Amino acid sequence: MITLGHLLALSAVLFAIAVAGVFLNRKNVILLLMCVELLLLAANFNFVAFSRYLGDISGQVFVFFVLTVAAAESAIGLAILVVLFRERRSINVEDLNTLKG
Amino acid sequence: MLVQILFWAFAAVLVGSALGVILTRNPVHSALSLVLCFVTSAAIWLLIEAEFLAVVLVLVYVGAVMVLFLFVVMMLDINTEELRSGFTRYAWLGWLTAGVVIAEIVGVVMARSLGVDVTKGAEPLPADYSNTTELGAALFTQYAYPFELAAVLLLVAIVAAIALTMRKRPGHKVQDVAKQVAVRPQDRIRIVKMDPEKGA
Repeated sequence: MITLGHLLALSAVLFAIAVAGVFLNRKNVILLLMCVELLLLAANFNFVAFSRYLGDISGQVFVFFVLTVAAAESAIGLAILVVLFRERRSINVEDLNTLKG
Repeated sequence: MLVQILFWAFAAVLVGSALGVILTRNPVHSALSLVLCFVTSAAIWLLIEAEFLAVVLVLVYVGAVMVLFLFVVMMLDINTEELRSGFTRYAWLGWLTAGVVIAEIVGVVMARSLGVDVTKGAEPLPADYSNTTELGAALFTQYAYPFELAAVLLLVAIVAAIALTMRKRPGHKVQDVAKQVAVRPQDRIRIVKMDPEKGA
């Protein structure tokens, strides 16, 4: 029997790995985008688990919307990445210093 | 029992492939590990009877988003060695943050402040239960307006992605469709009146 605790623990581990990935690959924009996708997947795991174990379908509807937003985000993110590479010939985060941030 | 064995197997593959995403040197391998992540997540969602979302995850993520990722990774000529420099310098901070995140989540879940018992299994669903039907009923009645907003959001994303990446290159040969449509017969052919020639 899979309990709610199993799923929450798995999603916590997945979320933590993705957070670690953001720190480890902080120079590579593509890997940062992939880590964001992993974070969203971990959040979706919680939504699906709670939806199933509390018997409320709304959680799964919300996962549907999160998938929509994530797809839009990665499409625009990759488009920005392509334009960036065209301008700079690099996707290193440290080269993005035009705004002096 | 079988369900539990499958769950642990898929969970192990999921965690392993998630580690593969963040630790491999080659971005293509990272993207393929992420594909494996999504497929195993879909399998686990099937195990807890969220069938529609499992199918959508494979179709949308593996079929569209990850293909887009792979396409971009392979299109750009990336110097991975330079991007990997300083990889281990902040590794301790990354793992520390990961540990803190896990501790916080465990703290929240174990405190039982959510009002749910995390050690119980799900209620078994009736045999004629259809996850897709339930989801569709909620989506098209209670959530019809958010659903339409999501559609508009996707449209905006399409327009934005095209507008960002479109460019005019000098010397680029393209068709001018308006000119092609507006062309008249007089512009293209010239009828020459001439006397028939006599054979020798």
